[in-house]
Amino acid sequence: MINHRLLAITACLLFSTSALAQDLTGTLKKIKDTNTISLGHRESSIPFSYYNDQQQVIGYSQELMMKVVAAVKKDLKLPKLQVTMTPVTSQNRISLVQNGTVDIACGSATNNLERQKQVAFSDTIFVIGTRLLTKKDSGIKDFADLAGKNVVTTAGTTSERLLRKLNEDKKMGMNIISAKDHGEAFLTLETGRAVAFMMDDALLAGQRANAKHPKDWIIVGKPMSNEAYGCMMRKDDPEFKALVDKTFAKVMKSGEAAKIYKKWFMSPVPPKGMNLDFPMSDDMKAAFKNPNDQAFP
Amino acid sequence: MNYHWDWAIFLAETPSGSTTYLGWLMSGLEVTLALSLSAWVIALIVGLFMGVFRTVPNRWLSGMATVYVEVFRNTPLLVQLFIWYFVLPELVPASIGDAYKAINPFLQQFLAAMLCLALFTGARVCEQVRSGINSLSVGQKNAGLALGFTLPQTYRYVILPIAIRIILPPLTSEFLNIFKNSAVASTIGLLELAAQGRQLVDYTAQPYESFIAVTVLFMLINTVVMILMHRVEARVRVPGHSGGGQ
Repeated sequence: MINHRLLAITACLLFSTSALAQDLTGTLKKIKDTNTISLGHRESSIPFSYYNDQQQVIGYSQELMMKVVAAVKKDLKLPKLQVTMTPVTSQNRISLVQNGTVDIACGSATNNLERQKQVAFSDTIFVIGTRLLTKKDSGIKDFADLAGKNVVTTAGTTSERLLRKLNEDKKMGMNIISAKDHGEAFLTLETGRAVAFMMDDALLAGQRANAKHPKDWIIVGKPMSNEAYGCMMRKDDPEFKALVDKTFAKVMKSGEAAKIYKKWFMSPVPPKGMNLDFPMSDDMKAAFKNPNDQAFP
Repeated sequence: MNYHWDWAIFLAETPSGSTTYLGWLMSGLEVTLALSLSAWVIALIVGLFMGVFRTVPNRWLSGMATVYVEVFRNTPLLVQLFIWYFVLPELVPASIGDAYKAINPFLQQFLAAMLCLALFTGARVCEQVRSGINSLSVGQKNAGLALGFTLPQTYRYVILPIAIRIILPPLTSEFLNIFKNSAVASTIGLLELAAQGRQLVDYTAQPYESFIAVTVLFMLINTVVMILMHRVEARVRVPGHSGGGQ
């Protein structure tokens, strides 16, 4: 009898562990096997993903990404899961996700159709409009006022593409400067090399909060486009994507995401304790109500 | 790894419609060539003079050349570029800085990158020139002076013609380096070859094709440079001298 019971238990255990191992594929299997998850973050995408004074990564997207880490720990039963952080840029993030350097990258990446050919996007975590940051007394009110002027944007962004297209289509004669990252783009604006900085409005609010004199700068112009941000993961990995989307849907519907939003966009944030004062848009409210991974047209 | 290869992407039209993605790479190639060649000419001139100054018996001249070499050879190229582009215009009087910042941004980036590459490479050329001169026996210089040449004439007619022949091979590698180093200009937004490659990645989300194309183009440039320099070396060879062969 005892022998039989032991056998049964052993068989049960063997069966269940092998079943678990078989169930896991792709990223989740990699995480389980290595007991490590690799996160991709940004360095100056305020307030989405950036360094604080202690060189720790903080921000709205970072906080959501940590929710994913918590869910992975729970689902895979890996309480001691190691987390490695890799800084990514607009230019290398797709390659780093594809080649496995990072498993998931939550920053300020726009979900669009070209990118969907190479990587998968999570449910939308943020919706932005592309607008202009300029000096209060510059006289710039909208995109039409930029004709013949120097305008800066960040290389590798959808804003860069829209701005170049606008310049060609309307023959505006703008000189477009493509800066390496948002911090450098703002430096270009601040030192007077450009009269305006075109970028996602939420990031512009972040750069303004970080300026020497935040009150000197305003965000103007009718949004040239609206875009959905999502976290990037490897393509054709439905299991990991399902876990990420499930996690986001939960925090969005429970109201937790709204609290995280309030913390980063309606309250003082590091490094200078400035309030971005950036109320939630209707598009974002809709995204929170109906979590989805659709790119904006 | 599930990558979606698409080599035909280079022939696709860019979103602005006026050219293909290959056209972007070609315009990047033009900027890289213009930037590197103009910087190389300045580097040769600066390097030649500074290298000579380092060997002359004048404390002020050799001191100045030493300071130049130490400063430009011992700091990272990227830092130098940021100083030229971002810091210098803020340090000079506001009127000059503002005037500089008002010119076409492409020109600003090009000038900063050209100056930076030229002075960085010039310091390296300078050291090659100095070592070339020092490798000659002191008898050469004394013979020149004994024949009644002035010191500048001795350099011009006796020392430099041989010293430069000796340093041609290391100069070739500096020449190759300047093309490769020119890619740092992409960090200040100059749309040279590396930057166009990066832009291709952003627009097409086909990173591997883009980076492979950029690599091939850089290799092509440097193969041409190597062939040219070998020809120059063969042309100027003086039989019977070191490095001169038959």
